[in-house]
Amino acid sequence: MSSITASPSQKRKSPALDERVGKKSALSILLGRPEIGALVGAIALFVFFAVVAPVFLAPASLATVLYGASTIGIMAVGVSLLMIGGEFDLSTGVAVISSALSASMISWYFGLNVWVGIALALVVSLLIGFINGIILIKTKLPSFIVTLASFLMLTGLNLGLTRAIGGSVSSPSIADIEGFQSAKAVFASSVNIAGIDVKITVFIWIAMVIIASWILLRTKIGNWIFAVGGDEKAARAVGVPVVRTKIGLFMAVGFCGWVLGMHNLFAFDSVQSGEGIGNEFLYIIAAVIGGCLLTGGYGSAIGGAIGAFIFGMANKGIVYAEWNPDWFKFFLGLMLLLATVVNIVVKKRAESSK
Amino acid sequence: MKTRKNKKTEDLLEKLEPKISDNLLTLKGVGKHYGSIIALRGVDMVVDPGKVTCVLGDNGAGKSTLIKIIAGLHQHDEGEFSLHGSAIKLKSPRVALDAGIAAVYQDLAVVPLMPIWRNFFLGSELTTGVGLFKKLDVQKMKDITKQELSDMGIDLRDVEQPIGQLSGGERQCVAIARAVYFGAKVLILDEPTAALGVKQSGVVLRYILQARDRGLGVIFITHNPHHAYPVGDSFLLLKRGRSIGYYSKSEITVEELTAQMAGGAELAELAHELEQLGGHDEELAEAEAGANSQATA
Ligand SMILES: Nc1ncnc2c1ncn2[C@@H]1O[C@H](COP(=O)(O)OP(=O)(O)O)[C@@H](O)[C@H]1O
Ligand SMILES: [Mg+2]
Repeated sequence: MSSITASPSQKRKSPALDERVGKKSALSILLGRPEIGALVGAIALFVFFAVVAPVFLAPASLATVLYGASTIGIMAVGVSLLMIGGEFDLSTGVAVISSALSASMISWYFGLNVWVGIALALVVSLLIGFINGIILIKTKLPSFIVTLASFLMLTGLNLGLTRAIGGSVSSPSIADIEGFQSAKAVFASSVNIAGIDVKITVFIWIAMVIIASWILLRTKIGNWIFAVGGDEKAARAVGVPVVRTKIGLFMAVGFCGWVLGMHNLFAFDSVQSGEGIGNEFLYIIAAVIGGCLLTGGYGSAIGGAIGAFIFGMANKGIVYAEWNPDWFKFFLGLMLLLATVVNIVVKKRAESSK
Repeated sequence: MKTRKNKKTEDLLEKLEPKISDNLLTLKGVGKHYGSIIALRGVDMVVDPGKVTCVLGDNGAGKSTLIKIIAGLHQHDEGEFSLHGSAIKLKSPRVALDAGIAAVYQDLAVVPLMPIWRNFFLGSELTTGVGLFKKLDVQKMKDITKQELSDMGIDLRDVEQPIGQLSGGERQCVAIARAVYFGAKVLILDEPTAALGVKQSGVVLRYILQARDRGLGVIFITHNPHHAYPVGDSFLLLKRGRSIGYYSKSEITVEELTAQMAGGAELAELAHELEQLGGHDEELAEAEAGANSQATA
């Protein structure tokens, strides 16, 4: 017997379907992009607010919207990458405050130049990310549990240490310490563009989105991020350094938290130790609305940015439209639900074989 | 001077000899247990370049365990595993890959949502530039993917589409082409035809032969003797973690192979089961024929 014959079990199966994939139109390629749903939503929302609240279109209003978006978007960059890598982080909201508190407390307590505090805060933030990552890898617990634990612990540390060291719920003012002005210029200044003050975080945010997109689409590491999120076992089997990639992602989230933490600190001169709780969801929501799959392996940094922009528009647009801001959360929930449904459809399209 | 030269020649011969005489890959008495479960025990096997070694066995026979040891996903805890004549233990799939052993798994061969070309080069990406500006050489990777796949006879319009959109057979073929391109010496295929229809199984078998013709030592895992026999050069039969036979093609026919695998008693039992269900005469005859051939073999 030299020809290939069917086994009994295969006889009952329907014959193999056609192996070719139907030709893709340009439209279907566009529709296959992770952030397309968010983009359509963002445009619709923009037009909507432009119609109901014309003041929304004033350059100053747009600058305000962008600023609101940037404070979410900076974190959403890291959170999006992490989500594409198949994990998520519930400790981001309070980790931002941990970073800001570290910088201010270190500078204030030791009387050091603010920049020393900033550098050590970066170490703290990267370390928080590293610890989240290493616990995840070692315990093989889901990131939900690991980062929920670190969320709680950081919340406690923020409050406890701030009171123990500074004797208050907020960190002492560091406005008079050396380096404050230059740090404020870097993290919390405004840039005047054609008479409109645009907050520097907007530019930092855009730069971070560009860098993250570059990493994601044009580097090995980006390939690995998609792979560990898409199918960790397959990634490992072809030699992708899964452990390093995952830990690196948590540290990248830490880095984003540091950037935002420094902004929060230098926008004023002290930080409330109880802040940040709940913000982790806003970052995750931005990433999900932007087309990142909660299950990993799919999404984009641009998507997370569009998600943050939608957040910024909705947040300020409601004010410009002179509505009761009570409605904002309802609206956000609805957006999230719609986005998730769109994401599932997109994923099914991308995954469906034959 | 003369003696030194002779000494050198001798050294060279000594170094070369194992490669000439020894097999590409050899297993001797290899065993593995997961806690108290003995998944594999005392397995001998040889893989040669340009030959297809088939590993056959029912579910749970230890086939996957065997190839996971060879592919570096697990380590054996009994016996000897040698590559080019020297004993090794592979610590990770990366180490195995670097040693020229590539595995194509039935379900974890690829990341479904990623484009074909990214899957093709995953873990071995091509880059250009240096330092911070080192980036993926996207065009080159796309071109090579297209070229390698068409060399294998797979004609794809668009290497940018997610690999999950390909048929099961095509996905296996991409994984095989990838292993061939990255210079694998040993190619392991875990049940590549298990989930496929007849036509697609035939396509995959064709790529197995192509890989063989390129000089790779192929290890083909299957529970289907009809898939194994046409392409195999030698056949290792596993049952409950033990080897129940190791044959070269000249020593065995496909009927004997089938009978050996199922075991006459089991086929008779199967026939009985079918009889009780009733109304499946064709299948019943087939099972009975199998049981009879076992009795005569
Ligand atoms: N990771 C594991 N832990 C415990 N037992 C396992 C593991 N993998 C396989 N086994 C057991 O080892 C035996 C052989 O399994 P496997 O090698 O997967 O067989 P096959 O691939 O031939 O179906 C089975 O009894 C299976 O349940
Ligand atoms: Mg198996």
